[in-house]
Amino acid sequence: MAAKNSTPELILQISEVTAGYGAGLILKGVNLDVARGEIICLIGPNGAGKSTVLKTVSGLLRPRSGAVMFRGENISALTSRERLSRGVVHVPQDRSLFPAMTVWENVAMGAFILSDQALLRRRLAEVAELFPIVAKRRSASAGSLSGGEQKQVELARSLMLDPALILLDEPSIGLDPRARSSVFASISKLAEDGRTVLLVEQNARSGLAVAHRAAVLEAGVVALTGTGQELLNDPEVARLYLGASARGPAETLAKSV
Amino acid sequence: MKRAISRFGLLRVVIFFGLLILVPILGGPVWLLNMLIFTVMYAALSSSWNLLGGLAGYPSLGHVAFFGIGAYAFAIMFQGSVGDGFSPFLALPVVGVAVALLSVPIGWVSMRTRADVFAIVTITFLFITQTLAFNLNSLTGGAQGKSVAPPPFDVSTYDWPFYYAMLALLAVAMGISFYFSRSKIGLSLATVRADEDKAHGVGVRVTAVKLIAFAVSSGMVAMVGCVWAYYVGFIYPQFAVDPLITIGMVLMAFLGGRGTLWGPVLGSFILVPAQEFFAQTFGASELYLLAYAAVFLVIMLFLPRGILPSISDRLRRRRLAAEGDARDAAQLSEVQDASKSPVTSEVAR
Repeated sequence: MAAKNSTPELILQISEVTAGYGAGLILKGVNLDVARGEIICLIGPNGAGKSTVLKTVSGLLRPRSGAVMFRGENISALTSRERLSRGVVHVPQDRSLFPAMTVWENVAMGAFILSDQALLRRRLAEVAELFPIVAKRRSASAGSLSGGEQKQVELARSLMLDPALILLDEPSIGLDPRARSSVFASISKLAEDGRTVLLVEQNARSGLAVAHRAAVLEAGVVALTGTGQELLNDPEVARLYLGASARGPAETLAKSV
Repeated sequence: MKRAISRFGLLRVVIFFGLLILVPILGGPVWLLNMLIFTVMYAALSSSWNLLGGLAGYPSLGHVAFFGIGAYAFAIMFQGSVGDGFSPFLALPVVGVAVALLSVPIGWVSMRTRADVFAIVTITFLFITQTLAFNLNSLTGGAQGKSVAPPPFDVSTYDWPFYYAMLALLAVAMGISFYFSRSKIGLSLATVRADEDKAHGVGVRVTAVKLIAFAVSSGMVAMVGCVWAYYVGFIYPQFAVDPLITIGMVLMAFLGGRGTLWGPVLGSFILVPAQEFFAQTFGASELYLLAYAAVFLVIMLFLPRGILPSISDRLRRRRLAAEGDARDAAQLSEVQDASKSPVTSEVAR
């Protein structure tokens, strides 16, 4: 993993980013460095600004101040389309597939900005191999799939541009334990090819277990960073985000994923 | 599969336009050609409206404003003389492009709203345009109306150029609709219609593609307005910017099937003759409007998404059911190589 290198290449640097909707500020100076190939999990209470961080990175929201550097380039002012073409893909929290289109069409939409049809077909074949459901339910309308299946298709779609950085907003929300564990298995798989994953997860235990590193976001600033294990073992984090009743050795928590 | 459909589609186009081209040549009662002019006019209007209202999902109720602008543009350009009578037709693309450009800022402002609010904003635009037509006396002649110089066409074939011009505009509108549906523009519009935020998410240029649909649709409607003004010869604000024309083009698209290539055409070829027929049958009474509404209600009751989408839905469901039976039998063998083979075959698409 990139984290083990002596000088990890920073793929994403968020520095002093402030952002918000309307009058108020949600992010009040967020700083976060993400190394290439790592899975980094953002946890924090509702309203801390976790999703907002992802939006400022993907371009759905422009930061008021501060900089988002991707591979050394300041992308703060770019449109989401321009960021997509640079390899930043966002999988939002709510269902983002087009329900009336088929699974296959939805996955192809992931490469909408590509004009190279041969490349598109090659990617489709690769992605379908990685996510069997894409081939199995190809002609079904996306709206007819279960929540867990839709999430798999969304993950498959996010790979169509061969992105370097994938932003995942609460991928396990609303899924039963089995679907959840298959989503987290897929997330681990995403990072195996050197992709970087910035993950927002309300289900902190599962998120921390899959992540190499994690950051706790509180009231619009990063309050704490560490490896997933460190945060899992941190009594304060455990008390706040893992639920006091579920406290126990980190190993068993990790296994419960 | 797709190749076969398009060959069948081409055949349909050739038969449809072939028959319509032959109508004046083969002759027939005078009323037939007259009615066909208005039928084809509405088909062209409805198909143009469909580019925005159907494909992009922005139900404009103000499109007749562009129709009126086109009509007045023609009346102003050709009030004195029309030469041999054919030169005004050559000016059509100029008016079309000019109105399309003019419509861009209007579209940019109005398409910041969606759905019902958008419909209301555009209907406001309609009434602003009508009020301007009434009050800009020096330009439009106000309530007195404005005339286009009569063309020196032979009496026996007087209607022909107008008819063929309308037919050509219908062909262009359908051609654009077909092109959109096969191109990235159409795909972009489909995502815009479904959900603009999701469209942004996959990198669709949402604003640009909405404005393209708005401008092309408006420009097409304006050109139809030009030919209409030229044909009727004398235009008044209440007829050139008539809410009923807006309603007509919208209803016909809804009836035949929004967002489909043939839906607006089918809707026009049902509603315009039906309206004429009921007007004949029930005479001067207002009963014909009731009958007209009844036709619409009955179809909407049984085929709520419009004729073509409802029928194709039903056919597809039947086919899927038939395929389902076959699939159950073949399932065992399919399970073994489920993932790879269908991918490679679809790739050939």
